Amino acid sequence: MREFTYTAKDFKSANEVRWCPGCGDHAIMNAIQRVMANLGLNKADYAVISGIGCSSRFPYYMNTFGFHTIHGRGAAIASGVKSANPKLHVWQITGDGDAMAIGGNHFIHTIRRNIDMNLVLFNNKIYGLTKGQYSPTTDFGSKTKTSPYGTIEEPFVPGQLVLGAKGAYYARAIDGNMKMSQEIFDNAARHKGTSVVEVLQNCVIFSGGIHDEITKGEDREDKQIYLKHGEKMIFGTNKDKGLVLENGKLKSVTIGQDGFTLDDILVHDAKEESLYMHAALINMQMPEMPVAFGVIRAVEATPYDVAMEEQIAEVQKTRKIKCVDDLLRSGNTWEV
Amino acid sequence: MTKDTKVIELEQVAIRFSGDSGDGMQLTGTLFSDATALVGNDISTFPDYPSEIRAPQGTVGGVSGFQVHFGNKKIYTPGDKAHVLVAMNPAAVKANAKFLEPSATIIYDIDSFNDKNLKKAKYSTDDPFAELNLHDYHKIGVPITSLTKEALIDSHMDNKAVMRSKNMFALGLVSWIFNRPLDVIEKALKAKFGKKQQVIDSNITVLHAGFNYGMNMQHTTPQFLVPAADIEKGTYRNISGNIATAWGLIAAAEKANIELFLGSYPITPATDILQALAERKDLGVKSFQAEDEIAGVCTAIGASYAGDLGVTSTSGPGLALKSEAINLAIMAELPLVVVDVQRGGPSTGLPTKTEQSDLMQALWGRNGESPMVVIAASSPSDCFDFAFEAARISLERMTPVMLLTDGFLGNGSEPWKIPSMADLPTINPRVAKDPSKFKAYRRTDETLAREWAFPGMEGFEHRIGGLEKDESGTVSQDPANHQEMCEIRAEKVARVVDMIPDIETYGCPEGDVLIVGWGGTYGHLVSAARELCDEGKKVGLAHFNYINPLPANSAEVFSRYKKIIVCELNLGQFAAYLRDKLPHFEYHQLNKVQGLPFSVEEIKESVTKLMEE
Repeated sequence: MREFTYTAKDFKSANEVRWCPGCGDHAIMNAIQRVMANLGLNKADYAVISGIGCSSRFPYYMNTFGFHTIHGRGAAIASGVKSANPKLHVWQITGDGDAMAIGGNHFIHTIRRNIDMNLVLFNNKIYGLTKGQYSPTTDFGSKTKTSPYGTIEEPFVPGQLVLGAKGAYYARAIDGNMKMSQEIFDNAARHKGTSVVEVLQNCVIFSGGIHDEITKGEDREDKQIYLKHGEKMIFGTNKDKGLVLENGKLKSVTIGQDGFTLDDILVHDAKEESLYMHAALINMQMPEMPVAFGVIRAVEATPYDVAMEEQIAEVQKTRKIKCVDDLLRSGNTWEV
Repeated sequence: MTKDTKVIELEQVAIRFSGDSGDGMQLTGTLFSDATALVGNDISTFPDYPSEIRAPQGTVGGVSGFQVHFGNKKIYTPGDKAHVLVAMNPAAVKANAKFLEPSATIIYDIDSFNDKNLKKAKYSTDDPFAELNLHDYHKIGVPITSLTKEALIDSHMDNKAVMRSKNMFALGLVSWIFNRPLDVIEKALKAKFGKKQQVIDSNITVLHAGFNYGMNMQHTTPQFLVPAADIEKGTYRNISGNIATAWGLIAAAEKANIELFLGSYPITPATDILQALAERKDLGVKSFQAEDEIAGVCTAIGASYAGDLGVTSTSGPGLALKSEAINLAIMAELPLVVVDVQRGGPSTGLPTKTEQSDLMQALWGRNGESPMVVIAASSPSDCFDFAFEAARISLERMTPVMLLTDGFLGNGSEPWKIPSMADLPTINPRVAKDPSKFKAYRRTDETLAREWAFPGMEGFEHRIGGLEKDESGTVSQDPANHQEMCEIRAEKVARVVDMIPDIETYGCPEGDVLIVGWGGTYGHLVSAARELCDEGKKVGLAHFNYINPLPANSAEVFSRYKKIIVCELNLGQFAAYLRDKLPHFEYHQLNKVQGLPFSVEEIKESVTKLMEE
């Protein structure tokens, strides 16, 4: 196999990056470029596909093949790219409006088919490019330009949608925590199938600080848990908190208190096929529980594009029709 | 043949099989057509069925029909009116009375003509034939139901299963009347029902019972003889427009040496294309049944972006959903073939009926200045040629191409002289070769087509998208650049004219009236032109397959006739287009939007009337 040596810079295009200063997108792109450099795969085999929205400008800034498409359809176009050529490394960049609203149908069906791509969902709970309307992930009651009296609709929790669509892979990351996001993107890139990575992304202009309650502050480690497969579910500034199962429900406890010891703390199993624990982890909310980050679910399943190639190969093993001339002369024909 | 058999020799005959939508009339018609083609007749078929899979039994709305027209000369249409109607119930007679030749033969299942069925078909008297004014018709009542039961009395099948073979009795009878060989039908039944031996046996038993009944009752049934047609030598097969479309696309991909990807969503009457391509894994076809019409075209665009020939197939309502994505392909300048099998609109309209009312949508149904190549097939078999042609233009000119067919072509079938791949034109996709010279939107001077570089091609990494860009592919808001790019995209499509043949006329090369048509009406228009010319009238036909751009000689052809009448199955869309493109002529119109093809007779009437004006 050929080896490729790159630095993150090799993945930056000559185009000027036009996201607002302080936008979370910068950090996400830097993390992805570093991961791509480390993976050592042929740069020409990357196809970065996006829909419409601030995050969807992403492909223009990448020195790879890139296709900035139309609103909501990035997942469908990426599905075509990967099915046409399964050797490619397909990254689909999307936002909460693009993927959860106008592209909701393609989002769930891409996941259901398990097409091998890395689907990065920038979730800032707002429409940024159109300047501040509520999105399907905006918190109930939020006041935005199109909800001056507060929204009256429940938001989606993206991870729940992924599970509902039979998703095999779901991870959650934070834009500003590059160490964590690089680890997650690296893991997602190596996973075969649709790897959905939801990144809590900060829009400095229209929903500035929307995730601060979780991601900022000296006590942030007490409000987040970074899950790793095979490791105990421990978190906290002092690494003294953990998750246990009590009466069928997850519970956050302090090790050494109320009779809970290290042995009681659950071990994270991202490869468990059952949805039960993954759903519970995805659903954890402050203040009772920490918010879960990391690779929450990573189950092995055959990707669609692989199955498509295999099915064609299988049929061709015993095929009677080998070319179009054969096809045209198959079945009932007669001579005049 | 025994001596006392009445044999009537005919040049051409149209038979309509008609019954409940669950009576198996489509299968009956198809089997009869195949047998007929093998006897050496030329044929044209037309299935006409309700959009409900099982509409209320016995009602006029639930009648499903299949018309086959065959003869000893070239047959262009399924026939305006039938010479023989096979009616499995009273509703079928009522639904088809107006589609019968004067004094046609009506073969009907006398067992089904009971009070209950007469009521369901909403007859007000107990004499349906009198009520429909069918006095002079040759009516042959045959106890099809009871004779089918009789034939299967030893089969130990339940009544419901027995009744499913009724259509075979009718088929056997008609096969005797028209002297069709049963062995072909038997072979087809065996192929269709595979391992269901009991179904095969019972169908064949009933088929023979019907055939023998015809033979035994010959004093009441005249036997028709349609001599074989004088057809060009070669290997033939029957083919429907939808299958021909699917195969034409596969042929184009093979010729261009690239892979074919179909992204599609089931929709009447285009679904056969998706099914036919899904079947072709043996030829490496990638078929993707998408979650909706939009994903159908988007996956195809993605595949084209990745270096495949991307295709999507649909009908009018689906095309509406695909508009935005087609525009992306126009902006990104990628190959893409969009097949629209037109049906009656607007909205859900008449899903199973034919119409040509998507022309304006195909030409203009997108935002912005959005030029697109539009071509149309004109017979079931030439769907193959024009699907191939759509792909050739798309791949060589880096532009989406719309192929318009319609329900009549898609579901209709005809014998087709099988071409050889070696005889088809070459297709040279514009794959980029030199990375040092590559720019995303650098063009050749002659055609203005850009080069195609797809992921995986080292050194060609670049970005494209739906935003306006300059030659290098960089996003550009520059006013002058936008105007230039809009004009270039329009000019690129206009220059496709150098790939397409001049339009040829049928009939008189100059004269009093030029009939102008496009797409699926060809068979009826050419038949009308032929008959008018036979009558000594100075009439020609110019039938368009290339709509945008129009053939270069269009105006010259138009100028050779005193009057022009544009005949189409809509309210005047092509006429309006011609007024825009070639405004120096006066265009008369013949328009029909009944979900039905033209009849030759009504075309002749309009042309004759125009000549007299």
